[in-house]
Amino acid sequence: MAEVRTERPTRTNAGPGRLLIAVYLLFAIAATSRAALQIATRFDEAPLAYLLSALAAVVYIVAAVGLGRAGHAGRRVALACCTVELVGVLGVGAFSLARPDLFPDETVWSGFGSGYGYIPVVLPVLGLAWLWFTRRR
Amino acid sequence: MSAAGSPVDGVPAGAAIVLSLLVAAWALVAALRHRAPDRIQLIGLAVLELVLLGLAVLAGVALAGGERPGEPGAFFGYLATLVCLPPLAGVLARMEPTRWGSAIVCAVCLVTPVVVVRLGQTWEVLGG
Repeated sequence: MAEVRTERPTRTNAGPGRLLIAVYLLFAIAATSRAALQIATRFDEAPLAYLLSALAAVVYIVAAVGLGRAGHAGRRVALACCTVELVGVLGVGAFSLARPDLFPDETVWSGFGSGYGYIPVVLPVLGLAWLWFTRRR
Repeated sequence: MSAAGSPVDGVPAGAAIVLSLLVAAWALVAALRHRAPDRIQLIGLAVLELVLLGLAVLAGVALAGGERPGEPGAFFGYLATLVCLPPLAGVLARMEPTRWGSAIVCAVCLVTPVVVVRLGQTWEVLGG
């Protein structure tokens, strides 16, 4: 693998970035359908958890679009989304363990994303790393 | 096999899972070898899609026969998502004719078996 690159990629929507966008899309689909179902069928049971599911869904969609747009604005949007995501997954993960009574039902971010193979906690880190790797100097 | 009526269990679901994992393994090898998605990956995705559509047809037949999924909302959500996954992988793979296209095919084909298993779980009533 002696792949020597003279130029570092500066586009967020090509190469590994496209894989990242694909995974973001999958999570956007998962979180959106989960939130829609939860809010439509049993909102009263755990309103906080379900609203957080909806927030997660919106963040995943906007992050995917931000990475896909690849311009300055897109990078800003993606940066904000990945940050919100990281804070969200860490915060909700910690809260869901410390105060399970607040989360009678699971969200995408519960238990640091344990229901989704912990990918929700890895994804924002990868997103931020990718944004940093493709930054312009 | 306690497939007492579940249309999305047993051999068809097993075939979808095995096929999906085979395509994922093939795509992973291609990605590791710096290969763009090849014909085999695209054909694999197409066959996988046919198997998944077959699952949907089986579910439709069971529904027509008066059977009902345990969690209808989740079941139809998973089913709709499931049949969209191989086309999604195919489109993204065509957009990215590099090793990362193969990586996308691999990722989607690793998610598909999970959705197939969840689909089976939402058909059966799991006491809750």
